[in-house]
Amino acid sequence: METFIQQLINGLTLGSIYALVALGYTMVYGILGLINFAHGEVVMIGALVALAVYKALAATLLPPLLILLVGLCVAAAVCMALGWAIERIAYRPLRNAPRLAPLITAIGVSIVLQQFAMLFWGRSYHSVPALLPDTSYDVLGARISAVQIVIMLAAAASMAGLIALVQRSKLGRAMRATAEKPEVAALMGVDANRIVALTFVVGSALAALAGVLVSANYSIAHYQMGFLLGLKAFTAAVLGGIGNIGGAVLGGVLLGIIEAMGAGYIGDLTGGVLGSHYQDIFCFLVLITVLVFRPSGLMGEKVSERA
Amino acid sequence: MTVLLQADNIAKHFGGIRALKDVSLTINAGEIYGLIGPNGAGKTTFFNVITGLYQRDGGDIVFAGQPLHVESPHEVTQAGIARTFQNIRLFAEMSALENVMVGRHLRSKGSVIGAMLRTPAVRAEEAAIKTKALELLAYVGIAGKAEVRAASLSYGDQRRLEIARALATEPKLLALDEPAAGMNATETAGLRALIEKVRADGTTVLLIEHDVKLIMGLCDRVAVLDYGEKIAEDVPAVVQKDPRVVSAYLGVPYEQ
Repeated sequence: METFIQQLINGLTLGSIYALVALGYTMVYGILGLINFAHGEVVMIGALVALAVYKALAATLLPPLLILLVGLCVAAAVCMALGWAIERIAYRPLRNAPRLAPLITAIGVSIVLQQFAMLFWGRSYHSVPALLPDTSYDVLGARISAVQIVIMLAAAASMAGLIALVQRSKLGRAMRATAEKPEVAALMGVDANRIVALTFVVGSALAALAGVLVSANYSIAHYQMGFLLGLKAFTAAVLGGIGNIGGAVLGGVLLGIIEAMGAGYIGDLTGGVLGSHYQDIFCFLVLITVLVFRPSGLMGEKVSERA
Repeated sequence: MTVLLQADNIAKHFGGIRALKDVSLTINAGEIYGLIGPNGAGKTTFFNVITGLYQRDGGDIVFAGQPLHVESPHEVTQAGIARTFQNIRLFAEMSALENVMVGRHLRSKGSVIGAMLRTPAVRAEEAAIKTKALELLAYVGIAGKAEVRAASLSYGDQRRLEIARALATEPKLLALDEPAAGMNATETAGLRALIEKVRADGTTVLLIEHDVKLIMGLCDRVAVLDYGEKIAEDVPAVVQKDPRVVSAYLGVPYEQ
């Protein structure tokens, strides 16, 4: 029972991060029908930029929480600019090209960002200082750390904010209109280029937050950290139904829980043949299962609406 | 009488097909201007050209005294032209109210940062957008349907909603592409009253229709297209006696 609750807590933590990243995939897909495979790299850049800020401020004796917040703000600003630039340079010229072209470009952007980060920050694993209190609490026999609580709260608050933005604001209405019928939205006075750019900017801000949170969770940052995280978040978006914002949140949390449970019980289930380091297989089992049996995902968008 | 839209020698071709051959026409401010012609005559193509959905291959458009640049559709909307579609194209998943609110996009400000922080100015603006949208729903006669999903509205109400959404952009010229298509006699009569109300409130109307009775009864002037060429442009009484129009479109002289 303790294992179950512990893995549930771990899963919710992990799932919150997946959900934040999955939102970036799903928002861009919803509006452009494009899988932005460079999104995971934006998360990585966010984590490494925040780390650079932590290091720069380490000697200033500012309170750790303030350093964390400054790091987050700088990372968010850099990632938003990066997201904007990626859309402007790599995707906008291909807006009307066959769908394969922007997909390959996305992979190219991903490689460019990874290599840039490797040249700039090096190939080594960087340890991320613990800026949050190192306390943990007892929940029904399991432990939940302050870091985990912060991750869940920060992710939940920003996702609630995003949903409010999309459902209730003028910008969100314009996004939904552009996603559903771009040419009609344009005729109603919505500047599609601006909406697409803003979608990338908002998604990248969430990616920066995810980068800061994931590096705080594992105390590590690395130029390749975005790759697997990106693939898993993409899986989460597909599981929830790509293009659907609520689906990305649901898919992220579910995938986190599936992974944590898998990692927690795989040893017992296979009699010790497979250990918890096999946890990554669950994500891809989920991806394959969803693609085979329910390609539109749990809360799948109505494919017929997109002509 | 002031000219609102002056189109000179508009040309549009698709591959080898010349959909519009040097079409010139003039729409005066405050009139209801009809555009008729057989299927495939180029009416909708002309609509798409002046609303920026298609790039024209030749000719000039002057709208409200300014050359009309149709680089992108939202600029045309900014200039003051709004339209509806022959095949209704609402935002199906949004409520009727939200559809109209999208139409207010250009006529309201509100920054991204403000939207995220929900500043008082943004809230006030949202409220103003909503009030205006509700007024427009009432104006077109579907006030009670504000929260209904657009896709769930009846056909006639969807047509009305498209008009409300177009009016939300505060157009000088409202272009209606076959608004009476598929409507029964009662709905058509209601639509006619609505179009007259729109004009009376100061918006010029450009109307494509196949319902000859509606066009002849409603329009101040009518242009007739056939095979991408304008074959007549005059008041309805003259146009319906024009031998070229009769042979191309009307078939027999129309009797009131």
